[in-house]
Amino acid sequence: MNSFFEYFTDIYRAVKSLLTGMKVTGRYFFSPWEIVTQQYPENRKTLKMYDRFKGEVIMPHNEHNEHRCTGCGICETACPNGTIEIIQAKIDMPDGKKKRIIDKHIYHLGMCTFCGLCIKACPSDALAWGQEFEHAVFDRSKLNKTLNQPGSSIIKDIVE
Amino acid sequence: MKEVIHLPVQNVEEEEYHINMGPQHPSTHGVLRLVVSLQGEIVKSLKPHCGYIHRGIEKMCEKDTYPQIIHLTDRMDYLSAHINNHAVCMLVEKALEVEVPERVKYIRTIVDELNRIASHQLWWCSFGMDMGGLTCFFYGLRDREKILDIFEESFGSRLLHSYYTPGGLMMDIHPDFQKNVKAFIKYFRKKIKDYDELLTGNIIMQLRTQGIGILSKEDAISYGVTGPSGRASGFACDVRKHHPYGVYDKADFKEILGTKGDTFERYMMRMDEMLESMKIIEQLIDNIPAGDHTAKMKAVLKLPAGEYFQRVEAARGELGVYVVSDGNKSPYRMKFRSPNFSNLSVLDHISRGCKIADLVAIGASLDYVIPDIDR
Ligand code: SF4
Ligand code: SF4
Repeated sequence: MNSFFEYFTDIYRAVKSLLTGMKVTGRYFFSPWEIVTQQYPENRKTLKMYDRFKGEVIMPHNEHNEHRCTGCGICETACPNGTIEIIQAKIDMPDGKKKRIIDKHIYHLGMCTFCGLCIKACPSDALAWGQEFEHAVFDRSKLNKTLNQPGSSIIKDIVE
Repeated sequence: MKEVIHLPVQNVEEEEYHINMGPQHPSTHGVLRLVVSLQGEIVKSLKPHCGYIHRGIEKMCEKDTYPQIIHLTDRMDYLSAHINNHAVCMLVEKALEVEVPERVKYIRTIVDELNRIASHQLWWCSFGMDMGGLTCFFYGLRDREKILDIFEESFGSRLLHSYYTPGGLMMDIHPDFQKNVKAFIKYFRKKIKDYDELLTGNIIMQLRTQGIGILSKEDAISYGVTGPSGRASGFACDVRKHHPYGVYDKADFKEILGTKGDTFERYMMRMDEMLESMKIIEQLIDNIPAGDHTAKMKAVLKLPAGEYFQRVEAARGELGVYVVSDGNKSPYRMKFRSPNFSNLSVLDHISRGCKIADLVAIGASLDYVIPDIDR
């Protein structure tokens, strides 16, 4: 008699526990306003990333096509992965001296681990995080970017 | 005429055979290969084969400077990235005898606990999925997303943050951080009830986990099983409690200990730990002192020659970092004592005699992260 009774309480307990679980799923089924999925890529126009989002390393330029990079190469040494390559150029100053400036600031996005050490190390705040995140390309060489724009120059008041 | 060869008739019932579980098995949560000897459906023994995702992180550390090492530790146990960072940062600070500001300690402790909750949430997702309940996966991820949003807003990334630096933090927390964390805790206290209703009380899940994969306290100690898996066997191994770091000594929390050491107990440990973590955060979040977010550090960090060790409580157990320095800017030798490697070593011992379906449940309850095993 006892085992007979246990048999039915077991069934009762099992069905009850399953129904408790299904109550939760049922509740969400009937409350679609609790849906949390983002409709990407349909919401591309309105999608805004957080200000601090680490999408890629960029070099901000002002409206006169000027940046803050002196070409010192500190970011190149700070980077753990060899992601940054600095190519320097020498220009003649009016007083006859030679000065080194940045020729190309090459950034290999495919090798970047987004650690932020280059941005932290830069003494003249020339680098920043960009919010772009759609980096998929068909050709790997497209991931090698030159951060200083063509024809750009350094902002006057930066001293090394 | 061709001679017919009669093979000896084998008793298939008693014959042991080997199957490969993994490297691409969904329940191993990564590229882990388990060679399982089976007799029928019973697991006779099991051999884990590691190394599929070995990247040589310890060797790579030897060429990197200490600030650069941080970003490699993210990629070991990626689900407790902040906590791994914390271990290396504290080691460097200890070696250089730098006192970090109180604000940094508070923020680090809070962020560590958030990281632990996020990690346990993902564990709950995958535990449910391994037991056959796909719904769990979506509910768990939905709540984890809230934490990842907080992380993204403050630190810029969702999984691999590299937020701590030796001596402090990369940047200060976002002005909305405290508000959002408090909102999350309020939200999650409600939602965690769903977890219990959906999975904890479920009869199928209970029958499949209770009394399965029992690990005794003695074995837990001798195999070095730490974290929630070890505490389920009654092994008091919480580094936060016994060797407090950060501001854990200022928070009031319980060390959750189990008695039975079976799969269900290991499950309950993590569920209870999420509640404890929320308790820690609640106590600290309003008391973050004002101040600088980093201590004054030299441009090049050179540890004095010698040996250093630092341990922290990662989401899966005790993470130890051991450094031999010869006085240069990069370590001479770096060794990580990763919790998952020790936890995996016990899998053979506790799954002998179980059914192969139980092996999946036991594996899920040990919660291994493969990149941490292989490093
Ligand atoms: S974010 Fe890190 S990996 Fe990327 S370029 Fe800067 S230093 Fe190198
Ligand atoms: S970006 Fe900054 S650190 Fe890098 S070369 Fe330019 S000025 Fe120097």
